[in-house]
Amino acid sequence: MSSTLSKRPIKGGEFLIRSTEAHEIFIKEDFSEEQRMMASACKDFIRTEIEPHIERMERLEEGFSKKLLQKAGELGLLGISIPEEYGGLGMSFNTSMLIADVMGATGSFSTTYGAHTGIGILPIYYYGTEEQKKKYLPKLISGEWAASYCLTEPEAGSDANAGKTKATLTPDGKYYLLNGQKMWITNAGFADLFIVFAKIDQDKNLSAFIVEKSFGGITMNEEEKKMGIKGSSTRQVFFNDCKVPVENMLSTRENGFKIAVNILNVGRIKLGAGVIGANIMVMNYAIQYANQRKQFGKTIGSFGAIKHKLAQMAVCNYAIESAAYRAGQDIEDKIADLEKNGLDPIQAKLKGTEQFAIECAIVKVLGSEMLDYIVDEGVQIYGGMGFSAEAPMERAYRDARIARIYEGTNEINRMLMVDMLIKRAMKGELDLMSPAMAVAQELTSVPTFETLDTSVLFAEEKDLLKRLKKAFLMIGGKAVQSLMMQLAEEQEIIMNLADIMIQIYALESMMLRTEKLVAMRGEHACQAQIGMVKIWADGAVSKIEHAGREAITAFTAGEEQKVMLMGLKRFTKYNPVNTIKIRRQIADMLLEKNEYPF
Amino acid sequence: MKILVCISHVPDTTTKIKFVNDKLDTNGVQFIIGPYDDYALSKAVDLKSEKNATVTVLNVGKPETEPTLRKALAIGADEAIRIDADPIDAYFVAVQIAEFAKQNQYDLILMGRESVDFNGGLVHGFVGEMLGIPSLSPCMSLEFVGERTVRATREIEGGKETLELELPFVAGCQEPIAEWKIPNMRGIMTAKNKPLKVISAISVENVLVHRNFSLVPERSACKMISVEELAELIKKF
Ligand SMILES: Cc1cc2nc3c(=O)[nH]c(=O)nc-3n(C[C@H](O)[C@H](O)[C@H](O)COP(=O)(O)OP(=O)(O)OC[C@H]3O[C@@H](n4cnc5c(N)ncnc54)[C@H](O)[C@@H]3O)c2cc1C
Repeated sequence: MSSTLSKRPIKGGEFLIRSTEAHEIFIKEDFSEEQRMMASACKDFIRTEIEPHIERMERLEEGFSKKLLQKAGELGLLGISIPEEYGGLGMSFNTSMLIADVMGATGSFSTTYGAHTGIGILPIYYYGTEEQKKKYLPKLISGEWAASYCLTEPEAGSDANAGKTKATLTPDGKYYLLNGQKMWITNAGFADLFIVFAKIDQDKNLSAFIVEKSFGGITMNEEEKKMGIKGSSTRQVFFNDCKVPVENMLSTRENGFKIAVNILNVGRIKLGAGVIGANIMVMNYAIQYANQRKQFGKTIGSFGAIKHKLAQMAVCNYAIESAAYRAGQDIEDKIADLEKNGLDPIQAKLKGTEQFAIECAIVKVLGSEMLDYIVDEGVQIYGGMGFSAEAPMERAYRDARIARIYEGTNEINRMLMVDMLIKRAMKGELDLMSPAMAVAQELTSVPTFETLDTSVLFAEEKDLLKRLKKAFLMIGGKAVQSLMMQLAEEQEIIMNLADIMIQIYALESMMLRTEKLVAMRGEHACQAQIGMVKIWADGAVSKIEHAGREAITAFTAGEEQKVMLMGLKRFTKYNPVNTIKIRRQIADMLLEKNEYPF
Repeated sequence: MKILVCISHVPDTTTKIKFVNDKLDTNGVQFIIGPYDDYALSKAVDLKSEKNATVTVLNVGKPETEPTLRKALAIGADEAIRIDADPIDAYFVAVQIAEFAKQNQYDLILMGRESVDFNGGLVHGFVGEMLGIPSLSPCMSLEFVGERTVRATREIEGGKETLELELPFVAGCQEPIAEWKIPNMRGIMTAKNKPLKVISAISVENVLVHRNFSLVPERSACKMISVEELAELIKKF
């Protein structure tokens, strides 16, 4: 792809300490005609096979979801980035992100689909032996079989490695007997295959197994009664002397936790992509409703308060789109790079994804929180109809909520991104220390003010972004230095640091996307996008200011605190922008197009 | 058996249509295969397996219609033809199609009953006439009852008409002639390797002159009345 030819390699987390050029990132608008056609075919699938039958899906009608998976399989939607030799299409990672994005509009099915194609299929593809892949992948990719993933247990949720499910070798050495209870298992009701995590004998770490339903010894509870995604099957699964042939162990003994973690990286970024389709669906309903519904003799879309919501929804979605596809391409490029250097394709995929675990977590948290904002305002724009189960907003609102909980709760993901960053710095993989020290020095020196050439697009925002990164380095650096090992116990500070990281990644991604778009289409055609960047920048400044102040106040005192707070002020300075005016312009454009047009 | 499917390239039916200087503002408009043409194409693709047919898909249009042709290839057409022209009217399009069909001898020519942009519904009739073969529309079903004999039904005022006719002929299709097909991912990936030929248009005399246009008169306000009032009003009337 020409757009990424001259890309400088970037490491996961490195965005905090270096700048990126617009041409170095992938943007949604870069998708080819072929990829768009795939997305559009997927939309046709949703329109014809899912939308008319939502009721049946939501009632968990026997066989319905399984049949849908089969139909998706016939269309080739279940193995987008799995090689053709296993029945997949061998398309890029970002293509599978695009399909996850479109599928996001299907609520319950998006979870069914995500569990099957992600946490169900990927463990086998990434960690299976050639025999295991040949045996299982074609069946799963064609949709003949449905897959589920059994990690969580009643006593082991966020603390997944605490699982008690046991695997014991039979005296003849041919089987493992699985015993234990799993909980919250998506697709359990109709799955033919389960990826099960269990501990062998007295092992400390989990091992993973491919378990066929037909092995026996598997029973289930009734379907869970859930707040949302009611049309996706979720059950408790019990293993009672379930006899698993030894050759069905995945990877090596005690490597299960590693598998779980690596698979979740992909799950997280895909979830981030999946919210986009849901966002767009909700926004389109909201925009159309705002154009139709009249009160006080006017359409509600003509009211400033509603315009504010519409525009802000668009900004939120623009943010997650920009971040998700950028991270997706970074992963893909890293994989290609590792392969070029001789790593085998599977190892390259694992290492490439792992490299961007920080970004995967950011995209997951950002995406699920943007979705929650959007569905909340979607309900509000619909007024009483938003509360009606006969209108689409109510379901969207309920369906959205799970995104902040599964694939690692947002708290766990926030901790993970900070923890991983610090570990990488400690290991010397990322040099955070020198820039952090430079910032510390800058604090006590006389500030120099560059004069910005404001005729250049985003001159101010680029300058701001640099300073926001400094704010992060200042607080993060100081926190690590003064709290050291104790930082892990100061979760509130970690949450603050994570929030700052997320804001920075989103701002940078949106800005670079817009810059790239301007280069493609000209500034005149991108006024709305430019406006969205400014609105995000304005919001990011106050969020970072707030998070920063809270953190600094918590672990510093006296003169040091004063200096840091002053530094924070300097780093978060952004000339006022008339966000009300910009939001109105964006809202007017949405209303005129009668849809989210970006 | 050789089947020619003629497709139009039209704005998605959910698009909000806007005009700038009396021309359609295509900015941000999603174009699709005309929904009726989609039925024709789906029928042709069904006949591929049923009758071992080869399917050529054709559009008279400028380069921007090529994605639409490639979508037809993804759905299952074997080759695509774009006759390079900005179509002026139904007659112009029909002349191009007829000229191409004459040189290539098709057994069956399918298209939608009408395109959903101008909704003329004229091209199939023109093409049949120009080629000297029968044409029917709107064709709702089409079954082979003999090697070259087809039983077709068409919608007529107040009912349905069943016809039996011999190949070759032209049909303007509508539902439920076949089920719409969603291109599968593999189809999409192979579409780019299928031939898409561009041929030049022949010149056509302009037979249609637009004298003027006018908007449909705006509907006058409607007043809801009660049943009692109705009786009163009728009496007065
Ligand atoms: C609809 C649905 C589908 C699911 N599908 C699957 C599936 O297919 N397979 C599967 O294996 N699992 C699945 N899960 C399980 C899901 O991944 C877990 O629910 C999730 O990881 C949280 O675990 P928990 O429910 O035990 O919550 P807990 O871990 O008990 O968390 C409770 C709260 O405490 C917080 N918390 C926990 N630990 C910490 C900590 N160290 N520091 C700070 N805060 C903390 C959490 O963020 C959360 O807010 C599903 C869950 C649901 C609801």
